[in-house]
Amino acid sequence: MKKLALLGAMALSILSHAVVGAEGKPVRIGIEAAYPPFASKAPDGSIVGFDYDIGNALCAEMKVKCQWVEQEFDGLIPALKVRKIDAILSSMSITEERKRSVEFTHKYYNSPAKLVMKAGTDVKDVKTELKGKNLGVQRGSIHDRFATEVLEPAGVKVSRYASQNEIYLDLSAGRLDATLADATLLEDGFLKTDAGKGFAFAGPDFTDPKYFGEGIGIAVRKNDTELRDKLNAAIDAIRANGTYKQIQDKYFNFDIYGN
Amino acid sequence: MIFDYTVVWDSLPLYMSGLLITLKLLAISLVLGLIIAVPLAFMRVSKRAAVNLPAWLYTYVIRGTPGLVQLFLIYYGLAQFDAVRDSWLWPWLSSATFCACLAFAVNTSAYTAEILAGSLRSTPHGEIEAAKAMGMSRFLMYRRIVLPSAVRRALPQYSNEVIMMLQTTSLASIVTLVDITGAARTVNSQFYLPFEAYITAGVFYLALTFILVRLFKRAERRWLAYLAPRNG
Repeated sequence: MKKLALLGAMALSILSHAVVGAEGKPVRIGIEAAYPPFASKAPDGSIVGFDYDIGNALCAEMKVKCQWVEQEFDGLIPALKVRKIDAILSSMSITEERKRSVEFTHKYYNSPAKLVMKAGTDVKDVKTELKGKNLGVQRGSIHDRFATEVLEPAGVKVSRYASQNEIYLDLSAGRLDATLADATLLEDGFLKTDAGKGFAFAGPDFTDPKYFGEGIGIAVRKNDTELRDKLNAAIDAIRANGTYKQIQDKYFNFDIYGN
Repeated sequence: MIFDYTVVWDSLPLYMSGLLITLKLLAISLVLGLIIAVPLAFMRVSKRAAVNLPAWLYTYVIRGTPGLVQLFLIYYGLAQFDAVRDSWLWPWLSSATFCACLAFAVNTSAYTAEILAGSLRSTPHGEIEAAKAMGMSRFLMYRRIVLPSAVRRALPQYSNEVIMMLQTTSLASIVTLVDITGAARTVNSQFYLPFEAYITAGVFYLALTFILVRLFKRAERRWLAYLAPRNG
């Protein structure tokens, strides 16, 4: 009888543990780990980068457990919609189109878009000087939209790729003349690497808010205002307490938050 | 909203141009593949090891690796070497269409060669004896009797290979070509409607498969009638 009571008590304690565990359900964050320095794979397979560090800092600030889910960029919003993930923290720009299907926090950083071409190429008027040139962009990105709506009608040949890494391969191989992407990403992911030798920024900063949005935010599901508000508060908190600056200084030597 | 028809309707031009690319890739790779496959098949049925072995190795390696890997090796792999980029081949190899056609042709040639070789091996002895009795030379016998007879019997399996090749061409979308699958990926990334985008692509492939099956059935009825089961 005593044994039975003990067993019962054990079962009860296990059960209550399970209930507590269910309350602390981890927040699943979607990320594409092919976007250095924001997110990339370390040699041991773990994710590293600015997005990853910011995400972990926010989770620590909100006192929740977070679980990172890797996914290709154009699959992130569909995954969010079907509840495979709860938030997207993958350098996603806040745009009107995306706002229709997801809810955004306010920005956690903002940096301009730029062209990268063979070093020494001077571009003043993008539309006329890029005519007939091969431009690579990441499919589904804001740069893709800008290229499709502004550059393609002007005669630029636009090719779309699944990730920026493939664009770098084709730039080095000479299949592409230029790529349009985030300046910080291009600097650290390509220009600073061996593969990026002989290439440089060309042309102006692209900042038209119609295409390039209000900065980079974290996306959550449309009705999930609770998580959005918690994330917003956490972004403000890490900005205020110096954690943000600490992470920023690890990757950039300028103010990535923008004004 | 369960199914957004307007998105599908608005992007039909994109799918139609994708259809043309898919058909172009399929036609070029099948023709090239067949041209490579015929001599390979004859090598595969040869009794001399020096002739048989290289063909065996080729079909073994190609059939033993996925088409996706072959395409990546040709498109991204070769471009890695300066020697390739400086060579006279580069104008061709820098084109995504050429790389895709080459990869698909190589892929299908190995399968087609094995299909044809199997068919050659099962040539009825009577046909060969009859050809010899008529005093045909070896070349004439192969041209008039063995090859046409083998090609006929290979038709049903070859129709499978053609349909598999149609599905394989969808790999072209990962080397920037906008075929039917490429169109679906573009539509998906614009509207975030994966169901609509890929269902439409699926319908296109189904329709193409239906047409191909029909064409091969006709061909079989015409050229394989003598092998069909007879009533009474």
